[in-house]
Order: sequence, then structure tokens, then C-alpha cells
Amino acid sequence: MNSRSALSVRGLIKTYKNGVQALKGIDLDVAPGDFFALLGPNGAGKTTLIGIVTSLVNKTAGKVSVFGHDIDVQLDAAKACIGVVPQEVNFNMFETPETIVINQAGFYGIERRVARQRAQKYLEHLQLWDKRASIARSLSGGMKRRLMIARALMHEPRLLILDEPTAGVDIEVRRTMWEFLREINALGTTIILTTHYLEEAETLCRDIAIIDGGRIAERDRMSSLLRRLHTETFVLNLRNSLAAAPQLEGYVTRLSDDRTLEIEVSKEQNLNEIFERLSVLGIEVLSMRNKVNRLEEIFMRLVEARGHPPASAAALAAAAQGGRA
Amino acid sequence: MAAVAEVPINLGHIRWIGFKTIVIREYGRIIRIWGQTLVPSAVTAILYFVIFGSLIGRRVGQMGGFNYMQYIAPGLIMMSVITNSYANAVSSFFGAKFGKHVEEMLVAPLPNWIIVLGYVAGGVLRGLMVGVVVTTVSLIFTNLHVHHLFIILAAVLLTATVFSLGGLLNAVFAKNFDQVNWIPAFVLTPLTYFGGVFYSVSLLPEWAQRLSYANPILHMVNAFRYGFLGVSDVNVWLAFALMAMAAAILFGVLLVLMNRGTGLRE
Repeated sequence: MNSRSALSVRGLIKTYKNGVQALKGIDLDVAPGDFFALLGPNGAGKTTLIGIVTSLVNKTAGKVSVFGHDIDVQLDAAKACIGVVPQEVNFNMFETPETIVINQAGFYGIERRVARQRAQKYLEHLQLWDKRASIARSLSGGMKRRLMIARALMHEPRLLILDEPTAGVDIEVRRTMWEFLREINALGTTIILTTHYLEEAETLCRDIAIIDGGRIAERDRMSSLLRRLHTETFVLNLRNSLAAAPQLEGYVTRLSDDRTLEIEVSKEQNLNEIFERLSVLGIEVLSMRNKVNRLEEIFMRLVEARGHPPASAAALAAAAQGGRA
Repeated sequence: MAAVAEVPINLGHIRWIGFKTIVIREYGRIIRIWGQTLVPSAVTAILYFVIFGSLIGRRVGQMGGFNYMQYIAPGLIMMSVITNSYANAVSSFFGAKFGKHVEEMLVAPLPNWIIVLGYVAGGVLRGLMVGVVVTTVSLIFTNLHVHHLFIILAAVLLTATVFSLGGLLNAVFAKNFDQVNWIPAFVLTPLTYFGGVFYSVSLLPEWAQRLSYANPILHMVNAFRYGFLGVSDVNVWLAFALMAMAAAILFGVLLVLMNRGTGLRE
């Protein structure tokens, strides 16, 4: 195991009592200070992996260490380094946000005097201070998610694990949360993020692992992985309507409606040439966007290549565009 | 925000603060739902004193050399301690399992023995709080002697500990709210009523007396009663030995189960 890693996993296997093998030998290293994306389709093993690291799931075999603390030998020391934001809401719905975060700090050995100060700091940062005395079950979905982030930060962990932290959160709150996560990452907290919003992973994370069928399917720098994408589809919004897609030699074009043109562009081609040719044809472009996010494109190719049914891929696409898979 | 720094991990300090936090949280829960935790036992005790102590008790006459109201008072106090320490541990821990907020402790650097001790302390705390309430109610109806204060305190603490551990064990195994109620309804209540709260076992036929001695609650109630009245149907020191043994065994079993992850970890 790599003792300098924030998280080091070797040969991790998990077989549940019903015989399902959720993890089939995972090897993974996350460097200190990294913002790391852990992606995969539903049932790929992400939550099981996080469960083992946070000791909520017993492993079948393998080694896990957190900042050099082997969980088989120094479990409590390893756990002291971790803050976790789980996928499902798991705080006492009858307590107030302030009580919840102060108690959580206590479980990590933070004196109540210090915990009260930190509670104010993190609840304010996550725009929950006004709700500090409300009963937790009265909070909105987005507030509950933010409360779990505040709770996970109370002991100022060196490794923060977020399992779909922005699921079901509106875009404005999501972007506020991104800023906040960037800020704490910049201060040195290593972050591992699982998400269904691939735009989120692409925007925030520097490194990525894609887990599928209990194995690591891909592990790379985000930038390196994105460079591997050979073709992108751009969607152009046109000022005037067209009866048919213009024929541009070397490019695949199609009209999705009379004012929306889709063009596939490979790595070797360039956009200037497309615009020149469209100008010659008298086609005016008002705006342009990627058809799907680049990471999503790679993700779907990897997942489909590993034999997932189209329904699974469609669900992921829906998730990436704002719904939940 | 301050930059994250590598700070030395003091597990002893974390455990002590963690233990205190569980106890504070349990205390907060007892106070928050006082209508469920503190009041019912007072109402029940009043009913017992009015019906059994005052109305029926007058016709019973003396028992163990004391009037009936004085005789049943320690038993009623102990009954409320048993019921409440068990109920606190089982409902609080199962509630935490059901609501998944038990995970807050499971992911924290707290060993299982600290979690067990925290919940046991919570159960003992509620048992004692209710015990004080019922004692106060008792003093409205009768006067209580104190024969041996140390025995009273030791008996109540050990009994509350044993039943808090029992409640916790129930909660670890329970998969639904029905299973939380089975043991109190079908085991605890009959054992308590046959545990010498309302009578001396010397009134029973010999076979029933022998059977009664197998009931742990009989020993607890009588040790406690001895502390107040100086009379007991059992050997008080044997009663303490049994309570200590039961506490040690339950604690050991709970630790084994929790270390395995039974009912808590997949």
C-alpha cells in the first residue's frame, strides 16, 4: 500500500451474504489534496467501496489505508481523518441542525465550546444558520444535503468523501456547493466525489476513476481522459430556418429541427473551418454548445463497451441532463 | 476557513468526548420527549399506590413486618427503573438504526465499547430520573425507611445497567418495531410481576418459590427492598453477584455482536 496516499486500496473484494460480488479486486490510490471523481453506473460498487472505507460495510478481502492508517490495525485513527457525506439522509430528523452538527463534532472528540463555534462557521457557509433551531425534518431536500456537508466538516477532516452530494439539488444551490467544495479543497482537504452529474465531475475533479461491475474500468487524470475523446458533437442554433442539413465535406451534419444543426467534429478538424463554410453558405450561427458533456461521452462509451444495456446508458444520459438515474 | 492541517490523533480524548456526547444526546432525548419518558411511570405508580396500596393494601395487612404500601414501594420504584432503562436503550438505539443516524457514530473514531457504554449510561440515566420521580410519588403515599443507602444505590445502578444492556441487545437484533416490543411485553412484564414487586415469595407454594428464584428480577427487587426495609426473600450478596455477572455477560455478548457488525454493518 502507498503510505503517502490519502486513500490507498489494494485487492479489495466484497461479497455480500446473498453471493453478490460487489467488488472484485479494486486497486486505487488517491493523492493528498486531490479532488477525485469516482464514477460508475448504478450498482457498480461505488457505495460499497465508500462503505468499506468508512467502516459501514465489512470487507471480504483486501487492504485499505487512510493517510497511512491501515483500517485493520488503526481503524479509529483512519476514521478520525475521514468526513463522509452519504447518499441517503442519515441524521436524526427530530433534532435541530445545530444539535446535529455539534453532536457529530463530539463523536470526533471536539469539545462543545469549539464545536459551537464551528457549527456557526459551517452552517453560515452553507447558508443554514437561519435554520439552526428548526427541526431537521422541516428542511428542504437541498438544505438536508447541505446539512450533511456541514456535519461532515465539523471535525475538519483531511479526507472528505461525498457520495452524490448534489442529487436532487437545484442548479443554483449546486453551483454554490461547488464553490464551497473548491474552497475547502484549495485549503488542503482531499475530496472524493461520486456523482451522477458528469458535468459536476468534469468541472470539479482533477483525477478520475470509473468503476464498473466491481472493477476499476479506468483511472486517469481528468484532462488526459478527456483528451482521449476523438469526436464531439456540437449543436448550433441558427438565425434562419433550413429545409435540409447543409452538406459540409468531411463533416457529418444533421438537422434536429429547422433552426438547430448538429455537427460531429473530430480531434483533427477545427471549428474555424466550419464557421467559414457556413458563412459562405449564408448560414448565420447564433450560439453553440456541446451536445453532451465530454466526460459523459467517454463514460457512456466505456460503460457500453463493457456490455451494459442501452437502458442503463439512457438513464445515465438523463441523469447527466438534470434528472436522476 | 482555516487550512486543513495534520493534527495528532488523541484517541483517549476522542473517546471521552465521544462518550460524553452520547450521554448528552441521550439526556436531550429524555428531556425532549419527557411526556413519553418521565411522566408515564409517575402516573402508573400513582395508580398502583391508589389501587394496590390504598384500596386493596388495607385488607392485605402487614407483609414482611411492614404495611403493604411500604412493602411494595421499593418494588414499584425498581419496576419503573427496569422498564425505563430497558425502554431507553432499545428505543433510542433502534430509532438510530431505523433512522440510519447510528451511522454518525459508526463512521466516527469511537470503538464499539464506547458506544455501548454511552447508551448504557443513557439508559441508567433515564432509569434513575424515573426512579427519583417514582420515589417522590411514593413519598406522597407512604414513608420510606433507608436501611442501607449503599445497597439501594448499588442495586439500582446495577439493575439499570443490566436492563440497559438488555435493551441494547434487543435493539441490535431488532429488524422492526414489533421486535422492539416483544421482549418488554412477553418477557420483561411477566418476570417483573412475578418478581416479588407486590408480594413476598414466602407466600407461594414451595415449587413456585423455587421457580421464582430462577427469575433474576426477584433478586434485583429484593436487594433493592433490603436497602430500604432491611428485609429480603433472597441472599442480597448473591443478588449482587448475579447482577454483576449478568452485566458482564451482556456487555461481552454485545461487544462480540457489534464487532462482528450484527444488525449494524453489512
